[in-house]
Amino acid sequence: MSNITDLKLVELVDKIKKKELSSTEATIAFIERSKKSKKLNAYISENYENAIKKAKIFDQKPDFKKKLPGIPIAVKDLFCTKNIRTTAGSKILENFIPTYESTVTQNILDEGGIVIGKLNCDEFAMGSSNETSYFGNVQNPVSENLVPGGSSGGSSSALAAKLTPATIGTDTGGSIRQPASFTGTVGLKPTYGSCSRYGIVAFASSLDQAGPMTHDVRDCSLMFEIMSTYDTKDSTSVDFKRENYLNNLNENIKGKKIGIPKEYRVDGMPKEIDELWEKGIKIIKENGGQIIEISLPNTNYALPTYYIVAPAEASSNLARYDGVKYGFRSKGENLIDMYEKTRSEGFGDEVKRRIMIGTYVLSSGYYDAYYLKAQKVRRLIKNDFDEAYKKVDAILTPSTPNSAFKIGEKLNDPVSMYLNDIFTVPINLAGLPAISIPAGHDKKGYPLGLQVIGKAFDEQSILNIAFALEKNISFKNNITDWWIK
Amino acid sequence: MSKNNGEYLIIRNDNKYEVIIGLEVHAQVLSESKLFSTSSTKFGSEPNTQVSLVDAAFPGMLPVINEHCIKQAVKTGIGLKAKINKRSIFDRKNYFYADLPQGYQISQYKDPIVGEGSVTLDMPNGEINIGIERLHLEQDAGKSIHDIDPQNTLVDLNRSGVALMEIVSKPDLRSLDEVNAYIKKLRSIMRYLGTCDGNMQEGSLRADVNVSVRKKGDKKLGTRCEIKNVNSIKFMQMAIDFEANRQVDVIEEGGSINQETRLFDTKKNETRSMRSKEDAHDYRYFPDPDLLPLELNDNYIDQIKKDIPELPDEKKKRFIEKFKLSPYEANILVSDIEISKYFEEVSKNSDVKLATNWITGELFALLNEKNIEITESPISSKNLSKLINLIKDGTISGKIAKSVFEIMRDGDKDPTIIVEEKGLKQQSDPKELENLINKVITENPKNVEAYKSGKDKLFGFFVGQVMKNSNGKANPKLVNEILKKKLN
Amino acid sequence: MTIDLKTVKHISKLSRISIDDNKAKKLGKDLNSIFSFIEKLNELDTKNTEPLTSIAETTLKLRKDEIKSENIREDILKNSPDKNKDFFVVPKVVE
Repeated sequence: MSNITDLKLVELVDKIKKKELSSTEATIAFIERSKKSKKLNAYISENYENAIKKAKIFDQKPDFKKKLPGIPIAVKDLFCTKNIRTTAGSKILENFIPTYESTVTQNILDEGGIVIGKLNCDEFAMGSSNETSYFGNVQNPVSENLVPGGSSGGSSSALAAKLTPATIGTDTGGSIRQPASFTGTVGLKPTYGSCSRYGIVAFASSLDQAGPMTHDVRDCSLMFEIMSTYDTKDSTSVDFKRENYLNNLNENIKGKKIGIPKEYRVDGMPKEIDELWEKGIKIIKENGGQIIEISLPNTNYALPTYYIVAPAEASSNLARYDGVKYGFRSKGENLIDMYEKTRSEGFGDEVKRRIMIGTYVLSSGYYDAYYLKAQKVRRLIKNDFDEAYKKVDAILTPSTPNSAFKIGEKLNDPVSMYLNDIFTVPINLAGLPAISIPAGHDKKGYPLGLQVIGKAFDEQSILNIAFALEKNISFKNNITDWWIK
Repeated sequence: MSKNNGEYLIIRNDNKYEVIIGLEVHAQVLSESKLFSTSSTKFGSEPNTQVSLVDAAFPGMLPVINEHCIKQAVKTGIGLKAKINKRSIFDRKNYFYADLPQGYQISQYKDPIVGEGSVTLDMPNGEINIGIERLHLEQDAGKSIHDIDPQNTLVDLNRSGVALMEIVSKPDLRSLDEVNAYIKKLRSIMRYLGTCDGNMQEGSLRADVNVSVRKKGDKKLGTRCEIKNVNSIKFMQMAIDFEANRQVDVIEEGGSINQETRLFDTKKNETRSMRSKEDAHDYRYFPDPDLLPLELNDNYIDQIKKDIPELPDEKKKRFIEKFKLSPYEANILVSDIEISKYFEEVSKNSDVKLATNWITGELFALLNEKNIEITESPISSKNLSKLINLIKDGTISGKIAKSVFEIMRDGDKDPTIIVEEKGLKQQSDPKELENLINKVITENPKNVEAYKSGKDKLFGFFVGQVMKNSNGKANPKLVNEILKKKLN
Repeated sequence: MTIDLKTVKHISKLSRISIDDNKAKKLGKDLNSIFSFIEKLNELDTKNTEPLTSIAETTLKLRKDEIKSENIREDILKNSPDKNKDFFVVPKVVE
C-alpha cells in the first residue's frame, strides 16, 4: 500500500469506507508526519492525543454514511474550536480557549472529521506571507526559506507537506488563493454568504469568507459541500440552494463562455505567468469553451479600496481585544493605561498598522474622503463584474502576479507586500466565488496558479472549469521532504 | 428665577434669559430577549448570569436582530405620530469602555428607524406640541461598579445588549414643568403601547438633557451643554435648573459657553464637565458590516398600525365627548393606562359621574395613603362598580357608602354583602319614614312652632333627628319630601 | 497629503494603542506610503455613485423574541485575565 499521507482526501474517505484503512491508522499517519515536520512551523496548537482518542472511538462504531468518516484534519487557527486553544496567530489571544465551535468546523465534526491541530496564520489573517504571526514564520515545503503565502500560510504549508489530507482557510483579500498558488494546491474562496462566519475570528466582516484548501478539485468540491450551510447565527449567511458539488462535478465545459479581463495584464508580470494564462486559454478553447475578451475597468482601484475597507472594519472588529474578557492583559495604572499597554504589547506591527489606517479613515473629517469614497468605488468594481457576467459565465486570470518569495524579502515594504493580492482582492470586494488551481512552475521551480472567478453562488461552474483545467494541465508538485531529517 | 404666566425665565441684572431644553430619552424596549442576542432582559438578576457569548463579544460572535424590538420601535414611532423609515441602517459607534465589550455600540446614526413626529402636552395655559426629531434602536451597555472594590472597577454585563429606543426631542421645551409633562406623556404613550414599562427606578427610562440659554427675544439658539444619563424627573429638573443658572452666570460675567458633556452630581446638586479628552468624541460611526440594512414594507407597517390601541390623546377626547367629563378629569383618568383601564371597567356598568368622583377621590386617596399603584388596588373595579350602583339605585346613601368603602379596603369584600350583613340598607318605605317623622314632630312641639313662625333653618334639625333615629339609614331624599309636606 | 507625527499620535490614542516616538515616526512613514497609494481613488468621479454598504445578496434576517441562552457565567468569565466569582475586574476608571 502506498503511503497513507500521499492519499488525496476523496481516496482516503474511500479507503476508510471500504475498511481498507481505519480512522486510527489514518489519524496516526498524519500526526506522525506532522511530528516530523516541526521545522515547517505549520502548527500553532496540536490536538494529537485527543484526535487519536476520537479516531479510536470512531473505529469502535464507524458511521460510513458520513462524508468525512473519521478523517483527520488540521484547520486554520482563525476558527474557534471548542476546548482547543484558538489564537488567530496573535499574542493577544495566546491563551484563549473557546467554549464554543465555529459553524464551519462544527459542520466538519458533524460529518465525522477529527481536528488534529490548529494551523499557523498571519496575525488576525493580516498578511500575505505568514510573517506577521506571533508564532513565527512558516516554511513553504516547496523550498527552504520560502514563504507559504498568507494569511492561510500554515494551512497551505501543512497541506502541501501532507500533514493533513485537506484543510480550511479564510480569505479576505486572497488569503486562501494566494497561499494555494504559492504551494501548488487548490484553494476556493466561496461566494460571500456561502459559509457561515459564526465563530471565525473576524478580520473584515464584509470580505471574510471561509473556504477549503485541498490537493485537487474533487477534494475541494467535497470539502465545500460540507462547509457551506445556511446559518441563522450569521445575519449575512445566504439561504440559497446548495448542490452536491462532488457528485455534480464534471469536466464538460463545452459552450461555456470564459472572460479574459485585459486589465489583469499588468506591467512587470513575469513572462511565465503570461504563458501560463495562455496555456489556460488554450485548454479552454480545446475543450469547447469560448474565450471572450472583457474589461473590468476599475481593477486598478481595487487594492486602494481594499486598503480602506478592510482596515476600517478591522479597526472596529479588533476593539474587543482590550484585556477585559479574555486574552492577554498588560498591567496599567488605570483602565485607559491598561487598554493602551495591552493593545500595544498584544498586537504585532502589521495589525497595529492596519488598526491605525482603519481608525484614520473612519475618523471625523476623513470619513467621506476615504471610507465613503471606498464604498462608492466598491460599487463600481461590483458593477464591472455585473456587466461582465452579462457576457460570460466565468472569468480566467492568474492567481497572483508572482510566485512565492523569500522569507523577509518584502517585510519592510508594506505596499509591495499588499500588491501580492492585486488579482484576488477585487473578487472579495465583489463578494464572488473564485478558485485557484496549480497550473505550472516559474523558472525557479516555484508553483504558479490560475484563478477561475464565478458568478455569485455558482461555485459548481468554477469547480467544473477548474476540474477541466486540472485534467489537462496535470500539474505535479515536486516537493522533496527536505525538512524531514 | 421667576414664573410669570408659567414662563420659566432666569433674571440677572435686568436681563431675562429663556431656557431651551431638548431631551434624548433612552427607553428600554419591553422584550423577552436582547436586541441582538437570545439572553434574557430580566431585571435584577445575579451579575453576569444573563450574558451570552454575543453579549460578551467573544471572537467570532455575530449579532442577529430581534424582530419584536423592531416592531416595538415602529409601534412607538406610530404613537409619536412619526414617520416610519422603510429603510434604516445599523451603525457601529466606536469607543472604548469597560462595560462596552465589543468596543462599539450598535446603534443607528444617519438612517434611524423612525423620523420626525410630535407629542402633545396639556399645560395650564393650553395644549402645546413638542417636536420629535427621531427615534432609533440601539444596544445598552453593561454596568461598571466603582464602589464595591476600592482598588478596581467591577463589570457586570447583564444589561449589555438590551434593546433601547433613543427618542430625541427637538429643542422645544421651555420650562421644568414642560420637561415633567413631556417625560410623563412619553412614558404614558409607551405604557399604552406596551413598548416600555417606563420604570425609572429600574433604569428603563433615562435621559440625556441638552440645555442652552438665550436672552429673551433672541432668535438664535445659544451653545448647548449635554447632561448625561439623568434617571429621574426630579434630577432632570434639578440638573436643568443648575445648568441654566450656571450658563447665565458665565454669560453675565462676559464668558461664553463651551459645547461639552456634563455630569449631574446628585449628591452635590451640580453639573460638572466630564473633562474627557477631545478625542473621546470621535465615534467613527460606520454601517455595521455584520448586519444588513433593515427594510420594512408598507404591509408590515400597516399591520402594526392596525394593532395600535387607543392612545391617551384619543381616549381623552372620547371621555370628554362620550362621558361629558371635564378636560381636567379626563386628563387624570387617561394619564396612565392602568388608571384608564380601571375607570373604564368601573364605568362600564355604573354611573360615569359617580365613577369619576369615587376613583379620583376616595380611591386615589387610598392608593396615595398606601403608596401603591392602581394595579395593586385593594378594591377591585368590579366591587367599586357595585358600590356605585348601590348608591345610584338608592340602596344606600353616599354617606353610608363611605363607611362601606372603609370596610371594602380591607379584603375587597363585595359591598352588597356588607350592606346586607350590617343592615345598612337605606330605609325608603314611606310608611316607616312617616312614622319616624311623626315621632320627631310629636317629640319637639316647640321647634315645630318656631319653624312654622318662620325659622326655616330648623328644617335641618328635623332631618337630622330623623336620620339619627334611623341610624343614618333613612333615605334623605324621601325624608326631605315627607317632612316638607308634614310641616307646611 | 501627509500624515504628521501629531496625527499619528492622535490616531494611536483613538485606537487605544500606546506608541513611543520612534515607533510613531516609523509608522508615520509607512502610513504615508500607504496613503499615497490609496490617494489613487481620487482619480475617480463618484459623485453619482451610491456607496455599497453590504455585499450579501439577502435581506436582514429577523429572529423571534425568545430566550435561548442560559446562565453561562462560568464560561463567560473563564478566559478573563482578572475576575472574581461574579465579575470581570478592571483597573479603576479615571475620568
